[in-house]
Amino acid sequence: MIQKQVNQKAWFMVLPVFLIVAFSAVIPLMTVVNYSVQDTFGNNVFSWYGLGWFEEIIHSPRFHDAFLRQLLFSGIILAIEIPLGICIALAMPKKGWGVPVCLVTMALPLLIPWNVVGTIWQIFGRVDIGLLGHTLAQMGINYNYVQDPLAAWLTVIVMDVWHWTSLVVLLCYAGLCSIPDAYYQAAKIDGATRLAVFRYIQLPKMQRVLLIAVLLRFMDSFMIYTEPFVITGGGPGNSTTFLSIDLVKMAIGQFDLGPAAAMSLIYFLVILLLSWVFYTVMSNVGEESKGGH
Amino acid sequence: MKTKWIVPTLYIIFLLLPIYWLLNMSLKNNTEILSVFSLWPQDLTLDNYRVIFNDPSWYSGYINSMIYVSINVVISVSCALPAAYAFSRYSFLGDKHLFFWLLSNRMAPPAVFALPFFQLYSSVGLFDTHLAVALAHCLFNLPLAVWILEGFMSGIPKEIDETAFIDGYSFPKFFVKIFIPNIASGIGVTAFFCFMFSWVELLLARTLTSVNAKPISAIMTRTVSASGLDWGVLAAAGMLTIVPGALVIWFVRNHIAKGFALGRV
Repeated sequence: MIQKQVNQKAWFMVLPVFLIVAFSAVIPLMTVVNYSVQDTFGNNVFSWYGLGWFEEIIHSPRFHDAFLRQLLFSGIILAIEIPLGICIALAMPKKGWGVPVCLVTMALPLLIPWNVVGTIWQIFGRVDIGLLGHTLAQMGINYNYVQDPLAAWLTVIVMDVWHWTSLVVLLCYAGLCSIPDAYYQAAKIDGATRLAVFRYIQLPKMQRVLLIAVLLRFMDSFMIYTEPFVITGGGPGNSTTFLSIDLVKMAIGQFDLGPAAAMSLIYFLVILLLSWVFYTVMSNVGEESKGGH
Repeated sequence: MKTKWIVPTLYIIFLLLPIYWLLNMSLKNNTEILSVFSLWPQDLTLDNYRVIFNDPSWYSGYINSMIYVSINVVISVSCALPAAYAFSRYSFLGDKHLFFWLLSNRMAPPAVFALPFFQLYSSVGLFDTHLAVALAHCLFNLPLAVWILEGFMSGIPKEIDETAFIDGYSFPKFFVKIFIPNIASGIGVTAFFCFMFSWVELLLARTLTSVNAKPISAIMTRTVSASGLDWGVLAAAGMLTIVPGALVIWFVRNHIAKGFALGRV
């Protein structure tokens, strides 16, 4: 660990970043706070409403439903993508021409604009023109993501797995590549089984990157908006209306600024709490792994 | 050992199938898409691509996206470099809080900021400019850039700085001549990530533009709803949005894994 020197002038180096982020973050956030405590009757006439919107949102079943759906979605996503990502990373080649091929093709979905990802899966899943939808229909499976909530959920989940598992794979792969060959040789001499190698050599080395993977995936799936919006528009009914979709519906669709702002703040506080946990856990793990050497 | 290939191969097929299907559709005409179900184009046509390249309202979207993404990458990397250096080398008043505050913006859902951004940039007269989108994307790209660069910089031993100062280098000269070449791969990876997140984002880009700076992804959504679902052109437009990403990945393929670990492996 680098011994850091105390130097208050370092603030000048951070200043540009501070100013730009403050401009794009603090001013809009204040606008949101401003809306959240006021009521409007149109014509730009605003009146003080106190914490009324917050109480309303916290007690509204609509918010509860969206929140639960969001938690369920993020939970399922993590349960699938993390183990799958580890498996694929373990099976990836370490050298030869396979490495760049794997890395490039696997990173490809990450660089497709999110609404195009939505469009790809919207087309892919359609019963009339999509490969997936058509094949399932041929097999006699009743699959229609426009009308059936279960099919809509499955489509959105498979799409997210398609879109983001590579992130987990690449992170784990980076962790695995940092293990020196000597470790494996030592394990071989000791006659360690494949499972023991995974448990005692690979998993500890991947711990840090796995943490990043889990938390990044959790946050990003918690904020998901564009892809399900393009595929299902939050439907059928409200079955795939996640928090962000609900928020945009309320703020821009219905122009209910007060409740939308209150919901934004609650949403943001949840995320802030999570990122604080993330940050603390991350730095603790960092200290531990450094202390261990 | 042979069986080990099965898992990555299956996974890559799973990844490429939907993309192949999009490519397949982009090379068919609409009658074929809707009437015949075929695994490859029976009647290969490039008409869909021709539509896009001949219509300014289509291809200007690509130019707009490229412009604001480039502005964003330049702002993010150039501002994040000194900041990341400060975080990795010095401790100063409130540094940990500042770092956490920056990161919390990376975690902020864009949906929260869409409407206030619209009002903010309208009031300063930046609405529908490339700069507005670039600045808005700085909200999550700058913290990310600082984070990744800080990871890479912390891996450079401090002795390098000290030796350079003893040799009589001034700070700016040391930074440009010695330090930046040392973290060149880190800078490449950071630029890649800024490109990536600015390129794929739609919600803010769409909210902050109407005509002059409208990104390609927003133009796509408009066409889907308005002109009665021109599947072929839609697929072709989608394919073209994949190309820049694929090109960029090729350049950073050797460092990409380390970059995804935020320089902290």
